[in-house]
Amino acid sequence: MDNATISSLSAELAARKLSSVELTGHFLSRIKALNAKYNCFVTLDEERSLAQARAADARRSAGSGQPLTGIPIAQKDIFCAAGWRTTCGSRMLSNFVSPYDAHVVAQLDAAGAVNLGKTNMDEFAMGSSSETSYYGPVRNPWDVHTVPGGSSGGSAAAVAARLAPGATGTDTGGSIRQPAAMTGICGLKPTYGVVSRYGMIAFASSLDQAGPMARTAEDLALLMTTMAGYDARDSTSLERERENYARELGKPLAGLRIGLPKEFIAEGASADVVKAVEAAVAELGRLGCTTVEVSLPNMRLAVPVYYVLAPAEASSNLARYDGARYGYRAPEYADLADMYKKTRSQGFGAEVKRRILIGTYVLSHGYYDAYYIQAQRVRRLIARDFAEVFERCDVIMGPTSPTTAFRIGEKMGDPVQMYLNDIYTTPANLAGLPGLSIPCGFDAKGLPVGLQIIGNYFAEARMLNVAHQYQRATDWHTRTPPGVE
Amino acid sequence: MALSLDDVRRIAHLARIGIDEAEAQAALAQLNDVFGLIAEMQAVDTGGVEPMSHALDVVQRLREDAVTETDQHALFQSIAPHVENGLYLVPKVIE
Repeated sequence: MDNATISSLSAELAARKLSSVELTGHFLSRIKALNAKYNCFVTLDEERSLAQARAADARRSAGSGQPLTGIPIAQKDIFCAAGWRTTCGSRMLSNFVSPYDAHVVAQLDAAGAVNLGKTNMDEFAMGSSSETSYYGPVRNPWDVHTVPGGSSGGSAAAVAARLAPGATGTDTGGSIRQPAAMTGICGLKPTYGVVSRYGMIAFASSLDQAGPMARTAEDLALLMTTMAGYDARDSTSLERERENYARELGKPLAGLRIGLPKEFIAEGASADVVKAVEAAVAELGRLGCTTVEVSLPNMRLAVPVYYVLAPAEASSNLARYDGARYGYRAPEYADLADMYKKTRSQGFGAEVKRRILIGTYVLSHGYYDAYYIQAQRVRRLIARDFAEVFERCDVIMGPTSPTTAFRIGEKMGDPVQMYLNDIYTTPANLAGLPGLSIPCGFDAKGLPVGLQIIGNYFAEARMLNVAHQYQRATDWHTRTPPGVE
Repeated sequence: MALSLDDVRRIAHLARIGIDEAEAQAALAQLNDVFGLIAEMQAVDTGGVEPMSHALDVVQRLREDAVTETDQHALFQSIAPHVENGLYLVPKVIE
């Protein structure tokens, strides 16, 4: 049961060989036994999960099951779920029980999926290692002394350690793809606007996008088909027809043109990562793909641009945490101004405060044009680079992250080193393009390497098939961390 | 261009984040490192390039000016730090 994919579990549930109560109970038991080791869940509510499982079983019995009916899914703790404590990894929301469901949560609920629990994450999704959580760092199942990547590190570690068959994540600058790469699982950041942001706690609204995390591309397609869809409550949600993201699975790849940006290798990827990615591209060549060298000349500017725009948007979004209406309030204060300052000083961690300060500065009088507007202009240059490249190829490939998982604590004292982790992932967020990470090998230490596939707008179904064909020909995605069978 | 300690205190005040001297000193060094990274972007010639505020060129939707929300104040205030008679309580602002 631990290693079964969502697709195969779905078939067993449909055939009534397995009940959702059994399945959910099995994963809850694993979580209770192993969460102390990985720290990937921050909130469990067994009664609520099992009630959903019983309802799913009744629905299957009544013959009205859907593919995800009865499947337990771990929810990143950035998604509001009615009646569930929703912390976003922060002390600020340590007592926040959401009065409503995020659109993603409601979609999964409507499909009959079971909420298995809320997963740990970098505070307010600000981080690349899942170490900035108020609830302690998440540990990578491949080596518990290393980070699982971030910010969706709890979801990634849960799927890698077989504590959940699938999970939700969010990706503002790489927060689905990079932890997927570092834990040897699959993660998809969709085109901006395809999945509703309603009820997903805001970080940088022009970049935030939710997506699925699982062990196979086929499972990502199943989850994505349920998670995506128009929602009037998100003003940037796109009015498009519903898609079946599994519709391309099975098509041959012959003739697919893979663009290989020379900057993806030049900008500091470790030798082991480069080797694994090159081997993956060679494998796709054997499946009929052709390659073409392309260039994204402004890619090196993506991290500097991102670390202006994302903090600017964050400083505005996080102004709502004032201690007045919900969440943490400092226990003692002299007056209203003091209440705000003490609440925010005590409620936010160091990285969140740092980003609020950066954002406040770049938006302040006299600096707005030099930083914020300039960053928006360079953002356009980066998006234009992609548009030119997609005239010559169908998908872009390269590493997801310049290195494999690094040691816990290694980069916490040096924000710039931490931010440079995001060099390969931020460009897709800035342009709004879909990006996918799948496992493609290991480094000398036995830590997983991720292959990133970036597609043109709305190319998710095609990208998922590229990943699916690769997974039919290879077995990297089936490897399990030490001690996990 | 490097930030000063006064800049750090000023932006912390603007952001309503309480910060003591030791925190301001630590923040100063780290913010200057981050702005060192950001400087690379500032050197780029972007003459004639329109700012891109959003990933996709979409316009804001309009909707009918009709009531769509129901009154849920009791539910929402059930999680508030301090409430009385349906009002959120904060320290007195006007003497």
